[in-house]
Amino acid sequence: MVAQRLNAILDSDLWWSFTRSKVVVGAAIVTLLLFVAALIAPWISLQDPWDPGALQLINSRNPPVWIEGGTWEFPLGTDNQGRDMYSAILYGLRVSLVVGFLAVIFAMVLGILLGLASGYLGGMTDTVIMRVADVQLTFPAILIALLIGGIVRGVMTPADFEAVAVYVLVLSIGLSQWVQFARTVRGQTLVEKNKEYVQAARVIGLPARLIMLRHVLPNVMGPVLVIATINLAVAILTEATLSFLGVGVPATRPSLGTLIQIGNGFLFSGEWWIVIFPGITMAILVLAVNLLGDWLRDALNPKLR
Amino acid sequence: MIAFVLQRLAQAVVVMLAVALVAFSLFRYVGDPVINMVGQDTPEEERIRIREQLALDQPVVVQYFRFVQQIVSGNFGTSLRTGIPIGQLMAERLPATLELAIVAGIFALAVGLPMGVYTGLYPRSRLSNAFLTLSLLGVSLPTFLIGIMLILFFSVMLGLLPSFGRGDVVHLGPWSTGLLSASGLQSLIMPAITLGMFQLALIMRLVRAEMLEVLRTDYIKFARARGLTNRAVNFGHALKNTLIPVITIVGLQLGALIAFSIITESVFQWPGMGLLFLQAVQFADIPVMAIYLVLIGFLFVLINLIVDLLYYVVDPRLRVDVRAGRGG
Repeated sequence: MVAQRLNAILDSDLWWSFTRSKVVVGAAIVTLLLFVAALIAPWISLQDPWDPGALQLINSRNPPVWIEGGTWEFPLGTDNQGRDMYSAILYGLRVSLVVGFLAVIFAMVLGILLGLASGYLGGMTDTVIMRVADVQLTFPAILIALLIGGIVRGVMTPADFEAVAVYVLVLSIGLSQWVQFARTVRGQTLVEKNKEYVQAARVIGLPARLIMLRHVLPNVMGPVLVIATINLAVAILTEATLSFLGVGVPATRPSLGTLIQIGNGFLFSGEWWIVIFPGITMAILVLAVNLLGDWLRDALNPKLR
Repeated sequence: MIAFVLQRLAQAVVVMLAVALVAFSLFRYVGDPVINMVGQDTPEEERIRIREQLALDQPVVVQYFRFVQQIVSGNFGTSLRTGIPIGQLMAERLPATLELAIVAGIFALAVGLPMGVYTGLYPRSRLSNAFLTLSLLGVSLPTFLIGIMLILFFSVMLGLLPSFGRGDVVHLGPWSTGLLSASGLQSLIMPAITLGMFQLALIMRLVRAEMLEVLRTDYIKFARARGLTNRAVNFGHALKNTLIPVITIVGLQLGALIAFSIITESVFQWPGMGLLFLQAVQFADIPVMAIYLVLIGFLFVLINLIVDLLYYVVDPRLRVDVRAGRGG
């Protein structure tokens, strides 16, 4: 059913509006390139930046190859621990994307379940879930993610925390984003649940759980996918911001945000390449995903057709 | 009107109680609340005395209301890390954050609004395209990256502006201001631009979209048909009607500015509340986190309330639809 819908979409307006805009096609190509680069990072990088044994302090703070003192061994220079920036960026891209995707998927699943329950069951369930959502919406996502990270830090010892830091990050970014999904799904569910196919399903005695997941869910997925795309950019930015603030992924497995944070410490000693290259990569990634998300929102918006 | 105000006030109080509940749970269940209050160096007898005094043996509901009562009466407890009363810490830091947020907001509005009007009036011009590209960058680039780029360019390469701190501050009673000294103003430029950039892009895009929409309506065509000057039509009729959503967004964004100042303050080592909160998160200083949450929550709720009331004054349609508009 989903595959059928996808096919129908690809055959029609969406594909047409995609090929029409050069900017969108460009953004898609850039996004794809970055995804692939992150995926095959171990094969196209020059060293393993996560292996402390491979790093040598002698090579620390080398400039990029086109500046005097730079070598082809480290085309984009090295950071303070002798990490090759080019390899570190590829691996950092990997961390950023993995955390971003996992966080959005987590937020999506949680938001869909709560939104379906809220819209379909109504009553107290609806009231409680939506009031919690209202209160959470009062605060910006970054604050909530910071807060959750801080609480986990308060409960655990630093050594334990280091081991689970990535999961905590996924959890806190995901929890800061579920409201948008839940609200959209709830609104759509309210529309769908009075339609005849749902009534028919109810008449033949299907349990509410099955009606929600098998019948209502496929029909509310369109807007969810748009939100997911836009939120992927937001999640990547949030991860980078948290890592930059020093409460994200540990420095032994740096993400793009961590690399920028490391580079920030060397701004005044002249090693600008440690901060610039991860920064540019981050900016290009977010810009491309944002452009795709904007286009998807407009293309799927029936008002603008 | 009175019913509307009362209803919004009641909502605000409920939200604040919920926020206080979260803060209370933090305070009560993460770590030991007695240690949170007085620090780790206090002798055992003293701690037991405080435990009784705090009524930690009482039912949780009673404890919660005591917590709320204490916050309302201005007793915020003590920071775990520094041992300084949190009220004092916040009072020292609040002026820095508020000044930064307000200046950033004014910057965003003063630049974003004209840019939005221009791109709305001349959507096909080259300058409009440049503005739009700029706004896309403003939305996409992470705040900290903008800050770092500014530092790299203006502090490291050109050596024009200071890269950290507030400069010299002048004390006016309990308020410390950086607006009255040259170094204070210089220090404010880059953080304010960094913090305001996202809002600038947001305001510009919003004003542009609204202008494009309003310019298509019948009353604009009618105003042109009446032979009014372009200026009267564009500014008297069109701009005026785009301002309603702009007021809402700008108001709500003031809250976001205060929250997002955490990042800017970290980049520029700006001694505000955000930096305080960040240090609290890094050192798991739960009492400071709890109180920061309550204070930010209060600011947000207050701003939302004011915006709601302002909206009500500006938009006459709302006065009829108050009930119909709810529950969606």
